[in-house]
Amino acid sequence: MTRLRRGALIALTLVMMTLLLLPLGVIFTQAFARGWGAVLEALTDPEAVDAIRLTLMVAAVSVPLNAICGTAAAWCIGRFQFPGRALLMTLIELPFSVSPVISGLVWVLLFGANGWFGPWLDHHGIRVIFALPGLILATVFVTFPFVARSLIPLMREQGAGEEEAALTLGANGWQTFLRVTLPNIRWALLYGVLLCNARAMGEFGAVAVVSGHIRGQTLTMPLYVEALFNDYDWVGAFSVAALLSLLALVTLGLRFALERRMGSSRRDIV
Amino acid sequence: MATPLLTRRAAIGAAAGTIVATAAHAAEPTTLLNVSYDPTRELYRDFNRAFIKAWKAKTGETIVVNQSHNGSGASARAVLDGLPADVVTLALAADIDALAKRGLLAADWQTRLPDNASPYTSTIVFLVRKGNPKQIHDWPDLLKPGVEVITPNPKTSGGARWNFLAALAWARRQPGATDASVEAYIRALFHQVPVLDTGARGATTSFAQRDLGDVLLAWENEAFLVRKEFGETDFETVLPSVSVLAEPPVAVVDSVVDKRGTRKVAEAYLQYLYTPEGQEIAARNFYRPRDPAIAAKYAKVFPTITLATIKDFGGWDKAQTAYFADGGLFDRIYVPGK
Repeated sequence: MTRLRRGALIALTLVMMTLLLLPLGVIFTQAFARGWGAVLEALTDPEAVDAIRLTLMVAAVSVPLNAICGTAAAWCIGRFQFPGRALLMTLIELPFSVSPVISGLVWVLLFGANGWFGPWLDHHGIRVIFALPGLILATVFVTFPFVARSLIPLMREQGAGEEEAALTLGANGWQTFLRVTLPNIRWALLYGVLLCNARAMGEFGAVAVVSGHIRGQTLTMPLYVEALFNDYDWVGAFSVAALLSLLALVTLGLRFALERRMGSSRRDIV
Repeated sequence: MATPLLTRRAAIGAAAGTIVATAAHAAEPTTLLNVSYDPTRELYRDFNRAFIKAWKAKTGETIVVNQSHNGSGASARAVLDGLPADVVTLALAADIDALAKRGLLAADWQTRLPDNASPYTSTIVFLVRKGNPKQIHDWPDLLKPGVEVITPNPKTSGGARWNFLAALAWARRQPGATDASVEAYIRALFHQVPVLDTGARGATTSFAQRDLGDVLLAWENEAFLVRKEFGETDFETVLPSVSVLAEPPVAVVDSVVDKRGTRKVAEAYLQYLYTPEGQEIAARNFYRPRDPAIAAKYAKVFPTITLATIKDFGGWDKAQTAYFADGGLFDRIYVPGK
């Protein structure tokens, strides 16, 4: 019976592995169907360069923003007891339970031409939706939970003891944060930032709604992959997809390394 | 073109930290945004290049034309939500009418340019597999047992609505046709449809790449493009005895150009579509040109078929209500999953 069960589990794992690895294999074989030259050409196309640059720009703004806000939120929740704490925690996780399309649509409903603030923004010549600010807003919303989520359990476990000791010894708030809090949470923070970044660069649904699909201007890499696919440009689509997959693989590698690091440092604490 | 893009990127980058970037930067060249539907990418890529050159020769001004492509209905929706399109070039007049109803452009937009504001036309044809194994030659052949028909969903796709009208046009021209016989044909036709994709491009990929179905009801330009992209040897185009004159219209969006001060160049842009150069580019990209001289030159590419027009259906307003709106003919005859 146990042998049967073990066999079944192994078979299931193998199926899952195949399901995970097969698409990855397809992406790379399709991308390289016409050799290195075609991939290079697809990735250096001005529109591809624009998409890559835009994706990096969106991530460069939203990831640090979420790292700061996420750390602050985790600190509040992890270190203090206050009424509404559970509610705040639920709110932080909200983006995970909402469909990304809705996460994009709310910004259109708020800042679109027919939205609440649309006429005011329009009057002042400010563009949010179908421009970079909209892409950033949608990305920030979708990726907000990652940093906070990876910090909260750790900060709770660590407690405020070391920080209180530092304060008693005369350190000011900023010194305490830089010398005590930050070193304690750095690996978990990095882990959260990593996940946040991966999602920020890979997000499709939310940004698709606020993008406006202007070629060379508001197409991020995932949107650009779809556009190329619809243009029958398989090699182009899969080349950009391969680049995104590489990012995922690098993220996976770093994640693995970080998890090992976090595991050992946590043991140090104990 | 690379340099101005770079400067704009730099400007946006500087503003990014403040989250809010303002729309206009003084030193930038004039830009136009053309919001279009899916299959026109190749057409406008060629056309924009030609217009930028012609505008420079005429005025000395260098401009940038940006493109946005999506399903025709989705594109119209985005413009309604504030996508600042100087010009819209969509699949059917109903989508631009929707913008006019919200006051984005004048209600008489379709009379401001020649030929119902449609500088090029297309029609609906059949794309079949090599050798036409199921012997599909005209509309009745689509009902043969075992023939699977691929067409997108008329609720979401402009191309699909033209497909639907083309089928209607044939059914209505049969001797002794009645409302009931027309409805019976359409019902039987959609019984042969295994799956409805949301857009024309999706349906084409289902047929050409995923090998689904025996015949694709497609835009003529899309059928040409498939044969170009996937190889002439895999597919054949079949012209039905009756089809529909599809008129993809173009319009300047008044509220946008008046605000951005781009009316002059936007109008010139659309008018350039009607010049021999513009018509030649349309023909090269498999759209039927309006200009008789260019049409004559490409007569071999675009054979003559009997074509119904949207007027035969009482205009888009009527057709929309009768066939595609909630409770219309399509809702009555289509049963998902057969």
